Amino acid sequence: MNKKIARKADTWILDGNRAAAQGAKLSRVQVIAAYPITPQSPVTERLSEFVEKRELDAQYIAVESEHSALAVCTSASMVGARTFTATSSHGLAYMHEMLHWAAGARLPVVLACVNRAIGAPWNVLNDQQDSVSQRDTGWIQVYARNNQEILDSIIQAYRIAESIYVPVMVCYDGYVLSHTEMPVDVPSQEAVDRFLPRYKPHTILDPANPKNYNLVTLANPRINAEGVLCHGYMELRYLLQEALQNSRETIVKVGQEFGELFGRSYASMFWEDRLDDADVVIVAMGSLAMEAIVAADMLREGGHKVGVLGLRVFRPFPKAELARALEKSRLVVIFDKNISYGLEGATCSEIKSALYGSPARAVIRDFIVGLGGRDVKAREMADAVKRSLLSVNEGDLNREYAEWICAI
Amino acid sequence: MPNGYVLFEGDYAMKTTAVNITEKEYLLPGNRTCPGCALSLAYRYILKALEGQVIVTVPASCLTVLHGMYPVTSVTVPCVNTPFATTAASATGLVAGLKALGKEGLTVLAVAGDGGTHDIGIQALSAAAERQTDFLYICYDNEGYMNTGNQRSGSTPLGAISGTTPIVGKQQNQKDIAAIMEAHGIPYVATANASYPLDLYEKVRKAKMIRGTRFIHVFVPCSPGWGFPFSETIKIGRLAVETGWVILYEVEDGVFRLTSASESIAEKSNLKPLREYLVEQGRFKNITEEQIGILQRWVNARWKRCLDRAGDSQS
Ligand SMILES: Cc1ncc(C[n+]2csc(CCOP(=O)(O)OP(=O)(O)O)c2C)c(N)n1
Ligand code: SF4
Ligand SMILES: [Mg+2]
Repeated sequence: MNKKIARKADTWILDGNRAAAQGAKLSRVQVIAAYPITPQSPVTERLSEFVEKRELDAQYIAVESEHSALAVCTSASMVGARTFTATSSHGLAYMHEMLHWAAGARLPVVLACVNRAIGAPWNVLNDQQDSVSQRDTGWIQVYARNNQEILDSIIQAYRIAESIYVPVMVCYDGYVLSHTEMPVDVPSQEAVDRFLPRYKPHTILDPANPKNYNLVTLANPRINAEGVLCHGYMELRYLLQEALQNSRETIVKVGQEFGELFGRSYASMFWEDRLDDADVVIVAMGSLAMEAIVAADMLREGGHKVGVLGLRVFRPFPKAELARALEKSRLVVIFDKNISYGLEGATCSEIKSALYGSPARAVIRDFIVGLGGRDVKAREMADAVKRSLLSVNEGDLNREYAEWICAI
Repeated sequence: MPNGYVLFEGDYAMKTTAVNITEKEYLLPGNRTCPGCALSLAYRYILKALEGQVIVTVPASCLTVLHGMYPVTSVTVPCVNTPFATTAASATGLVAGLKALGKEGLTVLAVAGDGGTHDIGIQALSAAAERQTDFLYICYDNEGYMNTGNQRSGSTPLGAISGTTPIVGKQQNQKDIAAIMEAHGIPYVATANASYPLDLYEKVRKAKMIRGTRFIHVFVPCSPGWGFPFSETIKIGRLAVETGWVILYEVEDGVFRLTSASESIAEKSNLKPLREYLVEQGRFKNITEEQIGILQRWVNARWKRCLDRAGDSQS
């Protein structure tokens, strides 16, 4: 069969939420628990519809809160079911305790986070404060630039999560992606089945072989009834960190295999656009990375050698890879749709820490943009880069705080 | 079915006695609860009644402590520990997971304290019951947050001293969790008391056979939290029933029935004054006469309601 034609026939027009729901469906999730919140709500509705129409053989649990949604997922995952949930903003914040729990218990739950600002004051529009605030919960975080990446990332998320027993959060920008329709190549169920084997849990819940999970665990290793020394709390935490550190390999390998099967490769922790000859690099995460490409086009027209680095995986943070990719640049301009209050944008801090001790010598500028759905125009990004270049040329090096692109 | 009989899987009824209950122990000796802990006693009978064919989910509580410290436990049934507020949501996940995988024959058992039930976990519990989740929820009630050192809960009685009501005692009475759960229209609600283990055992066995959300509220006196000698646990539990502080009953498909000692007390109409129960416990040392009066009236009113309901069911 002609591969190209097959792919063309499977191109659907989907908004981001439908792409996410399709991704979960194709992954044959078995237990779904979710609670509606703008702009994620259509994901819950689509999945309920799949289940009611029997297009998807899954248990849909209409829980009363996000905290319970993730609690349902963790326990169902312990029984051995593949689980899915989706949320945004306050819902993700409400899950905070359970995010830690899922990662601590090493459960391969997959969560779609439709990025939205967080109150007070109320705001339902897009920024990335919600998921960035959860970066230390032990989850892998993947950010999609477009709706195709949402669908593809969810399918890959299960492969990644279930091979290393670490939960994965697939993040995509509210409205910008969630409610914007784009062509999406929807793979066949058979192809996804080939890519994604059945979930094999590491937990056993069987009266014939009774085990207690997540008991009180002391800091130090302790001997069990057979005299075997078992991990203390500290060792368990180390193992989670080690899993996250090593997950880079898995993420890239899974992304590569996905590419071989579906023709779209994800064999990298970030997207690169014209980095080869760039002495100025724009860094952004999620759909903003697409806007950055337009800004780079404008700057190139003006004779500036500008490239774009679109962060795809925020946790684990690709330190070494980034340091290598940014080695030749003179200036790195970062656009953050989040703010770590009292410091700067989170991706800026991470990139600085990645470059420290590496041969990279770039000056770093951080711009806080797009909070609460404030439009980020390519023209504004290009201007910010030009301003940065000008001041750097005048000897004004790294600044203590980020600049905000807003009216103050 | 006559009182004291329980339907086993065969089609015969047999009176539950200390002799014919499940011999096997699922709670091995040597757990970390306090001496004379009624929770430990109740849990032993609960697991016996279910013959170990369970997956248990347990939130933060004294029961977590009972379950031991990694990698040693004295509990021989599969168990998932879950965050404090999530007991019923966790149970929902277990039920959904088992269903998704086509696994049958196990009871999903959620066991939580009064803090985990009346307070932080009530939202998840109410929702699980409303969704008619097929599980057995057992609240063991020691009328306070004992795991964190005895602070007030939504189940701490009026006048009781606790870590957060340290001098004048609690100014409000407890909420009636069994009534709240009954209002969900679930198929089985019962109260029980660790001092009456056979009644508890029978209720758990009955609950096991029913599908849907089943709720049992088990009263468990707590020596360090309530201030009585640990040798007196059983006596305190009995006094609670004899004075009407605890009423043993079950509501099966809306039909109310007094059971065990509460049924005999009703027949003889000999409820003891509540004071006899209160004076045995250090936590009530500063209770006022007015508060005792309020509590006595509360007990009387509830007792009358139960007698009326029992009468209604019989007529
Ligand atoms: C979210 C959260 N808040 C607080 C705690 C601390 N905590 C652990 S157990 C407990 C009290 C438990 O009370 P109860 O449910 O009545 O059980 P008991 O200890 O009395 O057996 C508290 C407050 C916690 N684990 N999680
Ligand atoms: S504090 Fe009370 S309920 Fe907790 S273990 Fe001790 S006696 Fe049992
Ligand atoms: Mg308690």
